[in-house]
Amino acid sequence: MVSFSAVAKRYPGGKEALREVSFTLDSGELAFLTGRSGAGKSTLLKLIPAIERPSAGSVIVNGQNVGALKRSAIPYLRRNLGLVFQDQKLLYDRSVFDNVMLPLAFSGHGPREAARRVRAALDKVGLLERERSNPIQLSGGEQQRLAIARAVVNRPALLVADEPTANLDAESAARILDIFVAFNQVGVTVLIATHDQRLVERYGKRVLRLDQGRIA
Amino acid sequence: MRSWLRQHRQALGAALRRLSRPAGLASALVIGIALSLPAGGYALLESLRGLAGRLTLEPQISLFLAPEAKRTDAEALGARLKADRRLASVRFVPREQALRELASEHGLSEVIAALGRNPLPDAFVVSGKENRTVEALVADLGRLPGVAQVQSDTLWARRLASLAAIGEVGLWLLATLLGAALVAVTFNTIRLQILTQRDEIEVSKLIGATDAFIRRPFYYLGLLQGLAGGLVALGIVGAALAVLNREVRVLAESYGSSFIFSFPARDDAAAVVLLAGLLGWLGAQLSVSRHLRQIEPR
Repeated sequence: MVSFSAVAKRYPGGKEALREVSFTLDSGELAFLTGRSGAGKSTLLKLIPAIERPSAGSVIVNGQNVGALKRSAIPYLRRNLGLVFQDQKLLYDRSVFDNVMLPLAFSGHGPREAARRVRAALDKVGLLERERSNPIQLSGGEQQRLAIARAVVNRPALLVADEPTANLDAESAARILDIFVAFNQVGVTVLIATHDQRLVERYGKRVLRLDQGRIA
Repeated sequence: MRSWLRQHRQALGAALRRLSRPAGLASALVIGIALSLPAGGYALLESLRGLAGRLTLEPQISLFLAPEAKRTDAEALGARLKADRRLASVRFVPREQALRELASEHGLSEVIAALGRNPLPDAFVVSGKENRTVEALVADLGRLPGVAQVQSDTLWARRLASLAAIGEVGLWLLATLLGAALVAVTFNTIRLQILTQRDEIEVSKLIGATDAFIRRPFYYLGLLQGLAGGLVALGIVGAALAVLNREVRVLAESYGSSFIFSFPARDDAAAVVLLAGLLGWLGAQLSVSRHLRQIEPR
């Protein structure tokens, strides 16, 4: 599903965020990406949806060489990915429902089918009763679950999350991770970056440890 | 295909909602005021041109024959004039008719009776096809055999025509300038709109929106804003002409005329609105291609 081989990423100015990173994530697998802040977790995740391009090596997602993808092809790559960000990137000028609706605006579903999918996604993260609320009214954990609902509404085969439990209390964090595990159990490939070592150990899943830009 | 149409409908709806906000309406108003100047000037000029047309702007030229000329000379000259392609019309005025008209129209019958003979020559009244070459035409006609004198009172007509021409050039300059202003205004409103929607654009790009999808509502906004500006301009022109005509009517009536400034013809009015829409779209296009690329997810 995801394959990195000898990937390096240097930012302008010479900072080397990733060095010789190679790993493969099989279809249906769930893995944690851990490491201290600044270890390169975010950079690694950004290479998957082509938010950043590798300086060397190749990033293959779903059989596509993402690093060599044309600009015009990137939207179609991202439609098959579910992305969850640390800062959620929710839109506060519209309701919970409309936030989840956003990815369906250009997916070609009719309005009825789209609404059905939005409610199904909200139901899976336990926010169905809040669909009329504004995201600003939600707690931190609820906002993160809303971001997950938006990421999965298009039923992607791969779910990528960057520090989804940062700034959350232990109970909310556990609930978030439980949701990811549930998606993984129905076949979705999941990659989660987190610096919370204890949380990772509890699930007993595969762990990729990044240290100073290398897989340790 | 259906989803493509739906996307366009959604983009149009979003653009309409943004236009109906105070900022959108204010931009349409600015565009309308800017456009009302050339559109109004055009309406005035067209009305004046109609007026000048009714006053037979194409000047009449009178050719007088020598008093002793015979009728056969006049007929020969008449045939030559009719064959001249530069002339739009040729009318023969026999000396007897000229005398009768003089007697009846100007109340000079007693004076004429006292003369005892007809002092008037045969004459032709002709008009040229083109205003500009009328002087050369007058000179040529004066050299024709049998012509004793040529009279043409063209100076005022030429002055009016050149004034109209200057007005027209001025109007085109004004229209070009304010058309550029329209593009600039749209460029800026779209830029502000893009900044306001920065988050939405960034998120849309992250979840797989194509550039075309993101650009579409802004194109529609530019187009609609231009169209609305065009309509505002027509409204301003209509109102201004109505106010102006109240006074113009009084003045015209004192000259025995029913002249008023008329609203631009339907085709011209439609052209103003469409052109405004087109320029708005152009402004949006320039703004979007310049500013949208700067918003990339980090």
